[in-house]
Amino acid sequence: MATIDLKQVEKKFGEFHAVKPMDMTIQDGEFVVLLGPSGCGKTTTLRMISGLETVSGGRILLNDRDVTWLHPSERDIAFVFQFYALYPHITARQNIAFPLQAQGESRETIEKRVNEVVRVLRIEHLLNERPGKLSGGDQQRIALARALVRRPAAFLMDEPLGALDADFRESMRAEIKRLHIDQHATTVYVTHDQVEAMAMGDRIVVMDNAVIQQAGTPVDVYYDPENLFVARFIGSPGMNLVTGFFNDSMVRMPGSDNTYTIPTDWAEPLGEAFGREGDVIVGFRPEAARLSDQGPIVGEVYATELQGSYTVLHININEHDIVHIRTDRLVNYPIGTVVRFDLNPKMVRFFNPKTETAIRREVRK
Amino acid sequence: MSNVALQQITKRFPGVVALDDVSFEINDGEFFVLLGPTGAGKTTTLRVIAGLERQDEGTVLFDDEPVNDLPPADRDIAFVFQQYSLYPTMTVYDNLAFPLRSPLRRIPEDQIRSRVEATADKLRIGHLLKRKTAHLSGGEMQRVSIGRAIVREPRIFLMDEPLSNLDAKLRESLRIELQHLQKTQGSTTLFVTHDQIEALTMADRIAVLDKGRIIQTGTPEDIYDRPATTFVAQLVGTPRINLFTARREDHTLYINNSSIQLPVPETADLPASLLLGIRPEDVIPDPGGMFTGQVTLTEPLGVETIVHIRSDQQTLLSLIPGMTSLRIGDEVRFKVLPERLHCFHLDGKRVQARLSVM
Repeated sequence: MATIDLKQVEKKFGEFHAVKPMDMTIQDGEFVVLLGPSGCGKTTTLRMISGLETVSGGRILLNDRDVTWLHPSERDIAFVFQFYALYPHITARQNIAFPLQAQGESRETIEKRVNEVVRVLRIEHLLNERPGKLSGGDQQRIALARALVRRPAAFLMDEPLGALDADFRESMRAEIKRLHIDQHATTVYVTHDQVEAMAMGDRIVVMDNAVIQQAGTPVDVYYDPENLFVARFIGSPGMNLVTGFFNDSMVRMPGSDNTYTIPTDWAEPLGEAFGREGDVIVGFRPEAARLSDQGPIVGEVYATELQGSYTVLHININEHDIVHIRTDRLVNYPIGTVVRFDLNPKMVRFFNPKTETAIRREVRK
Repeated sequence: MSNVALQQITKRFPGVVALDDVSFEINDGEFFVLLGPTGAGKTTTLRVIAGLERQDEGTVLFDDEPVNDLPPADRDIAFVFQQYSLYPTMTVYDNLAFPLRSPLRRIPEDQIRSRVEATADKLRIGHLLKRKTAHLSGGEMQRVSIGRAIVREPRIFLMDEPLSNLDAKLRESLRIELQHLQKTQGSTTLFVTHDQIEALTMADRIAVLDKGRIIQTGTPEDIYDRPATTFVAQLVGTPRINLFTARREDHTLYINNSSIQLPVPETADLPASLLLGIRPEDVIPDPGGMFTGQVTLTEPLGVETIVHIRSDQQTLLSLIPGMTSLRIGDEVRFKVLPERLHCFHLDGKRVQARLSVM
């Protein structure tokens, strides 16, 4: 059981600021995902929590105890890597038991805890195999078992599914989350895969350029991204972002006669942000758009993509902007077809192009 | 552009049959995707078409003419690889112009210029023409390598997983560009990938390859809606299709180890034991549904949510739009769309029975 507190933690490698001073609190039992593109500082943050990397400034608290300068082995934290660092010459069972033996646990305790963890992960049948003979997915299960068997205060996972193929990733994702729900161990999980982050996280901490861009629930980061980076990064495809000109109650977007009347509850916040008029970025998720003959926005089909149970239409609305809208599968328009669409007013968002941040409004519940 | 046909191609390497009686035809102007896992024989197929590998049996035809004896250079193909093979010290312009400057072609420089510029425009890299390729991002480099292939007008484009080294966002945007380009140019394209979403989203037709054999050829809709085998059914679609062993007794289908029973029409000719596939989007939580189960996990993905529903000892995945108010532990009623069920024999082959009238 653990809470983890980062207070103004930062990391410099020479001149390079890998993580700028950040504050983050991870509650006991919480599953927090650090999400961002490569080089954003997420792995460095995780390594500082584990003690594998020293901090250049700030403090790290584990259950209110300052562990900033403690050796990794003194922190009571288990680390799961992308590559399953297993011992190839001993069996799966011996690999899993290893950390307990190293701690000097009794034979009975080891037996009991190993059996428990292999039951949860459903790997009984693998116990007598040597890791070299197993598939990537099974090796990662054993690596997970070895981390779980210690019952540490917290788990740190660095892209543990990154090396697996898509299929396995999906099922392991569910297994890890299921396990977390059963055991409620505090977990910090690093990934660059936004689908994984959405599916697994109680909270997602989105990082870019060494800075936290937004920390929130999957619902928060998906529906109410703090800034353009988060809006683009979350979702597949990301949020559509079209620059237009706000004037009175209308936004004019480039392209023939694309004039969008802003939803009434946005009038006030937009007025506060821009006064009477100004450039504004209109943001909407692909599922917020509906094809409609009377729709205010018009464009030409640029490409269509069958995604399985639905289709994504890519529509060129002017020379700069291709927007992506989700439609049912029966829609099949050749490239160049002129289509109109409308936006669900509850799902439209606005951003300030100068600051690249979201404009907020009071939500009446 | 040309149509390309493979007729009964077999290729053996010591100890393995890499391609086993492979036949398919790519129509002029078609975007044809070869989909399969690692080791299926996809790259070998490309190399046989290119002439880089000689088949042991069978014939490769370009526009109905056998090309078996033509060396690669005379087949007039353009290759795009996973690794962009650009000249780092040359500018983007010179990289694009390179294939046109071959002494054999003798194309005047002003024609080269206009073709390079037109190509750069199509790929939105016009602003990069003077840059050295070493200074480009991964996505820009891959655009240039695609540009270098399309600047010529070869008989066919062969693309070997050109997007797989790029990050997810770039892959998405290049997928759209490639499709747009291919459709507006009408170029014959063979695109090889292990990524089912690339196949579904870009292809006019897909051939699914496994262990050197073609398992199914069809449009993306055919492959997704009428998979020929359980292998194909599991290869396409995320999350993966639900697949259960089931038994038929009279006019009822029972999913083993679950309380799920489905009526089947009297006319349906189903075996007594079978495999039943249900796509997650066809498992629909519904207060009026015939079945009940318990929610064991929810995975919110934003645009949709995966709900894991336990019925006795079986877990079904259900894919529903948007976010859900369902919580872990909830009892949930759900229905299954009978017209969307997939029945397979125990050996994995699709049962050709119509279930739609129920």
